Amino acid sequence: MLAADTPLPSLDTPPAGTPRLAGDLAIWIFILAELLAFGAFFAAYAFTRAHHIELFTHEQQALNRITGAINTMLLLTSSYFVVRAVQAAERSAPAPCARWLVAAIACGVGFIVIKLHEYSAAFERGVTLSSSPFHMFYLSLTFFHFMHVLLGLVILSALWLGARAGRYRPNDMNGLESGAAYWHMVDLVWLVLFPLVYVIH
Amino acid sequence: MSSLHGSPARATWLWLLLIAGTLLTLAIGEEGAAGIGIVALLAVISQIKGSVIILDYMALRHAPLLWRIVVPGWMIAVWSLIAIAYWSGLPR
Repeated sequence: MLAADTPLPSLDTPPAGTPRLAGDLAIWIFILAELLAFGAFFAAYAFTRAHHIELFTHEQQALNRITGAINTMLLLTSSYFVVRAVQAAERSAPAPCARWLVAAIACGVGFIVIKLHEYSAAFERGVTLSSSPFHMFYLSLTFFHFMHVLLGLVILSALWLGARAGRYRPNDMNGLESGAAYWHMVDLVWLVLFPLVYVIH
Repeated sequence: MSSLHGSPARATWLWLLLIAGTLLTLAIGEEGAAGIGIVALLAVISQIKGSVIILDYMALRHAPLLWRIVVPGWMIAVWSLIAIAYWSGLPR
């Protein structure tokens, strides 16, 4: 006999404690492919740097580590807000879920705005893809990541619409968890990119 | 139904840890510290932050074993390559 406030177990809910991947298997395959691409890029940066140490050290000095760190914190905070959104959906609270997603999107937009300022300052210094090996890596690595932030914001916006429509519930978390996993991946990659490109010399 | 995504309180404490790690990384950068020991320290900070994202925020703590090996393993592999590259570029 179930108490009135006990949700009915759905037929496809595994017993508690069974290992489960949060999100669709397909998004995780995609995430792994993305991680490998970024990983190859990071290794290429590190080994190229080993042959141009003075150049990399000199040109890295021109980067603004403060705005780089602010951007790191914006992505981390955005990821935290997405976790809160997922937790809200997990306790059947669609309105807070949607509000946390708006907060996450706002942080992501903040990242974009700061990055665009950084790029415009770099272009004023004459930084181009062909001006030096460091500039080539700096622009291509950060821009590759920047495109992922843009795609992530599109995904978060779709999740926000879904949350407003009350689509995510404790037994129907797949779409929300899949989008959340992608956004966390964008954050995870930046956690290597920031120390590697802005700090290590 | 068991919770896969933990409690808001835990997520908030971990967020504070992530911010603290970022400020430490920034301080090292502003200090201009260099050397293989500093690279190792930055790698450890990054790996700890990454583990929070991977195990808690991505909820892989509750995923099948393969995923708990492959995703953190990616980060260990990347930092190992960065450390080897840094070491190979040291003057000798």
